Formats: sequence, structure tokens, C-alpha cells
Amino acid sequence: MLASQVPMFKHINSLTPPSLSPERRLAIVAAFVLISALTVPLWAGSGTMRTLVEFIYLLALAQMWNLLAGYAGMVSIGQQAWIGLGGYAMIVLADDLGINVFVAVFLAGLVAVLFALPTAVLVFRLRAGYFAIGTWVIAEVFRLLIASSTTWLQGESGRTLAALGEIARSTREIWTYLIAIIIGFGSIALVYYLMRSKPGLGLTATRDSEGAAASVGIDTYRLKLMVFLLCAFGTGVIGALIYLTVLNIRPSAAFSVQWTAFMIFIVVIGGIGTIEGPIIGAVIFFIIREYLSNFGEWSFIFLGVTAVVMMLFMPQGVWGLLHRRFDLELFPVRRRLPAHLLTATPAALEQSGGIKEPA
Amino acid sequence: MQLVNTIVQGILLGGLYALFGTGLSLIFGVMRLVNLAHGDFIVLAAYLSLMAMAFGLHPLLTLLIVIPIMFILGVVLQRGILNKVLGEGLMPPLVITFGLSILVQNVLQLGFSADSQDLDAGALETASMKFSEVTIGTFPLITFITAVVILVALQLFFNRTKLGQAFRATSDDPGTAELMGINSRQIYGWAMGLSLAIVAIAGVLLGIRTNFSPTIGPARLIFAFEAVIIGGLGSIWGTLAGGVILGLAQTIGAALDPTWFQLAGHIVTLIVLAVKPSGLFARTRDA
Repeated sequence: MLASQVPMFKHINSLTPPSLSPERRLAIVAAFVLISALTVPLWAGSGTMRTLVEFIYLLALAQMWNLLAGYAGMVSIGQQAWIGLGGYAMIVLADDLGINVFVAVFLAGLVAVLFALPTAVLVFRLRAGYFAIGTWVIAEVFRLLIASSTTWLQGESGRTLAALGEIARSTREIWTYLIAIIIGFGSIALVYYLMRSKPGLGLTATRDSEGAAASVGIDTYRLKLMVFLLCAFGTGVIGALIYLTVLNIRPSAAFSVQWTAFMIFIVVIGGIGTIEGPIIGAVIFFIIREYLSNFGEWSFIFLGVTAVVMMLFMPQGVWGLLHRRFDLELFPVRRRLPAHLLTATPAALEQSGGIKEPA
Repeated sequence: MQLVNTIVQGILLGGLYALFGTGLSLIFGVMRLVNLAHGDFIVLAAYLSLMAMAFGLHPLLTLLIVIPIMFILGVVLQRGILNKVLGEGLMPPLVITFGLSILVQNVLQLGFSADSQDLDAGALETASMKFSEVTIGTFPLITFITAVVILVALQLFFNRTKLGQAFRATSDDPGTAELMGINSRQIYGWAMGLSLAIVAIAGVLLGIRTNFSPTIGPARLIFAFEAVIIGGLGSIWGTLAGGVILGLAQTIGAALDPTWFQLAGHIVTLIVLAVKPSGLFARTRDA
């Protein structure tokens, strides 16, 4: 409900409204970014496009983990399960079943959901930290099962995507890039619209206090299940995109916990529980990784220390700092009174008729 | 007889897993914290022992050095870092311990390379006893007995000592415990210290038993978790039973097909989770 619909606030509509609503500002920014992104294939080389695709999938992975852990409070360290399953599903659908490889990318998300459902039933029995390890065990089970399929999935040596071979290189690159754009924008839009919806409100309530949320009639189990499946779908599609660019999939790499480590670092550096955070975090992570890629262990030591230090001294992340310092907000997903009501002085309110105490 | 030998091996291996699990469930019991670096600390202890062996010590004697170091590390870790994020939700401790896990792995890799190492305990490693046709390895037996002794000691500690009572009181309700004059933050420090002291023993025993390398920690964390989940949270003897069941599942699985070693353990864990989510011998309901 909008504040202006509340009877006691109705008469203050006459106060000057802000010139640009946050929603409209976001729409303009989003349209600008989308249009710029769509022009990239016109002027950029394949190297630039590949770098952008990599950036986009890291960003989207972080959005999915942030939705799961930051908004819904389910701290999973087993998200690599859906990356691996998505990648394998895409290759099997395209190479073994002859489905168009670009369609297979999205179908792979559904395959991930198929496996996520029984997974959820099991891991939802675990609380907090044990939930985290439980998700990891399940990812390990998928890894070991796939590795044990030595003929069909070729065990540890893995499979190579053949379907792309028939497609011309430039077509392939442009389609991969466009799919990445859909996934990148899609993941942000998903979180944005979900968090503005009623289930989104229920979700944050569940995260903050499951008991209290249940007591006001929220079906916490169903909500959490829905988000778990949504994130499995999203991460599965992203996994398919990753192996559309990498081409060769091996169980040990596809189901590596390192994927989840990257998601956690991006979200923690940028800011947990915000949509802006993973975007900033992905930019920072990407730059760090480019510079530290030659330092091997040191880059991981740096990431590990950063995670600890961030949690201790800047738990809200870089975006949290910017938000507090400059009152910035790009994605209006928090519920609050319109800005002009919050900033109005008592005198101004008085002049416009004032807020009458409810009788 | 092959089967009997396999079963005996599995049971004895379970003692080691019970030690892994006890350290993990101890701190969860006291402060509801899950240490994602638990497995990496086990490996760290093995490397500390390896370093101490450079002074010409037998690996078992290095425990005299490794246990105090790990204990102090635990207290410092808890009081210096983890206590600062207590009560801020479950995310900060998980992210911090996950960060530490990656930190420990990579520092070890930097210092010792990715090559696998072994704590050389000489003749003890291969010694065995024969009972008619059943062979029992001396070292696995020592490991199992060590586990049982430590669990008995813990039980006595919790039931008979003032500090143990303070642990239990803090576990039940830190707020009320504080009203009774217990400093919960101090208790948390002792608990993490105690957990890592047990980890120290587990790490050295692991290092004598098998080869280890910097990245095997996460799998040990999973084994610890599985022993706890199978046995049931909050039960000391449940963890031993859980460890034994896990050890049995792994050795029997591996006897059928060498690649099933880990998978068999995971599947037994998931079956327990599906059929009896509170574990087979649970005492607390706070899963």
C-alpha cells in the first residue's frame, strides 16, 4: 500500500513530490545499460565479448547466491551442484538429444530444478551451519555419481560440447553474448521483482526470524523452497552458459567448491542483501582477479583474508558504505515512506494542513 | 574372513571420524557455530606435527607441541575474531570460517607445495595383531582407543567439573548463564580451544594413518559432519556410533568398488537424514 493511500497521509499529497521516482530513475539507467550492452557485438572483438560474458556470469552467480543467502538466509556452499548439473545437462541435451544448443542452455536450468527438489527436502532438515555443509555433501554426491559414469559421461576426463562445431564462429560468439545478456539482466530483474513482491517481504521476514514470520501466517517452508528452486534454476542456466564458453566439462572442475567461494567473495565484498552489492562486488572481484591471476596461492590468500576482514569491519560491504555515506540507492526494493514525507519539516507539514492524530 | 577384516577396519576407522566429529559438534553444541575450516585445521595440525618432526621427534611425541599450539590458536581465533561477530546472525561466522579455510589451504600450499606428505611413525604404521584369521592393525586400534578415551574424558569433563557445567549452562542459555556469573565469551574461547586440541590429536593420527596434502581439509570437514549427522547432534556416544557407521559404510563401499569409498558414506548420511533427521542417537532437539 502506498503511503498516500493511508487516510491519515492523504492530505499531504500536496507537498512537492520528488522530481524523479526511484523506479523511473532505475528504468532509465537499465535502458541505457541494456542498449549499450546490445551495441557491443557491433564494435567489440571476440576477446572483449568473452571477457564481458565471463564478467556477466560471475555477476549473475553472485546475484543468485545473494538471493539465497542474503535475502532468504539460506547460506549454501553447495551451489556448484547446479553449475555442474547445468553444464552437463546442456551438453547432454545438445549433443545426445539433438536439441538446439542455445535452447538447451535454458532447459538445463529445469534439469537443475529437477534435482534441486529432492535436495531441498533433505537439506531443509538441517539448521544454519549444518545446512551449509549438507548442501556441499549433495554437490559432492552429484560429482561422484557423474564421475562414476565412465562411458556415457566419460568419468573424470569429462565431455566436450560438440554441437557448437557446426555453427560459424561469429554466430556462436554473438549468440553466446546475447544469452549472457539475457542471463545477466534476467538474474537482476528476478531478484528486483521478487523483492518488491509480497513473497519477497515474507522472505526477508523469514530470514530475520523464522518463528515470528510463521506466526503471522507466512508459509516459510514453501517460500524457502521456492527461492531454493529459483536459485537452482538460475545457477543451472549460468552453469550451462559457462560450459558454452569453456566447452570441456570435467566433474572435478564443474562441481568445485571454488565456484561458491567466488560467489561468496563477490557478495561479501560488494554488500550482502542488496542488489547493488553483487554488481559492485563483481567489478572489484574481476579487477582483483585480473591483477592477481599470476600470483597463484597469494590471490586466494588475499581473498580469504578479505572475507574475514570485511566481515569484521565492513559487514555491509562496499555498497553498504556508499549507501550510508551518500544515501545512494539504485534498486528501490526496501519499503519506506516517500522521501518527501521523511524530509518534510514539522513546519512544512503544519502549513499543508499537518498530519492529524488519528481519532 | 575378508568381510570380517573389512568390518574391523571400518569400525576402527570410525574412531578417527568420531574424533573429527567431536571437535565440530563441541563448538556447535556450546555456541551454535559451525566451523567450516574444521577440516583444514585437522590438516594444519598434521603439518605442524611434520614441522615438529624436523627436531627428530616421533610423530606421537609431537602431540606435546601440536596440542598446545592448536589450543592457543583456537582461543585466539574465538576471542580475537569470532566473538566479535556473535549474535549478528549466522552469515558472518560462516563466511569468516570459510575464508579461513581457503586461507589455511593456500598458506599450506605455499609453504609445503601441493605434494602429499606422510608422518613417518616407523614400524608402528605396519604392525598388526592376528586373532586366528582376523588381522587388526596396531595403529588403527590405538586410534580407536584414543578416540574412546577422549570421549570418556569429555563426558567426565561435562558432567563432573565446574567448567564443564559452565559449558552446558552456556549452551542451554547464555543469557541466564551470564546472570549466574559465567562469562560466555570466555567459555566460547575455551570451547574453541578444546575443539582445536581434539583436532590436533585427530590431525596427527590422520597424518600417521594416510598421506595428506593441503587441499584434503574440506573432505575431512564433510566426514566430521557426517559422523555428527548420523550419530545425532549433542550426543557424545552418538558421534562415536556415527563415526563407526560412516567408517563401515566407506570401507565396505570401497571393498565393493574402490571409487565408492566416499560415495557410500555420503549415501548412508543422506539415508539417515531422510529416515531419521535427528540422527540415530540424538539427545538435543536443536538440530
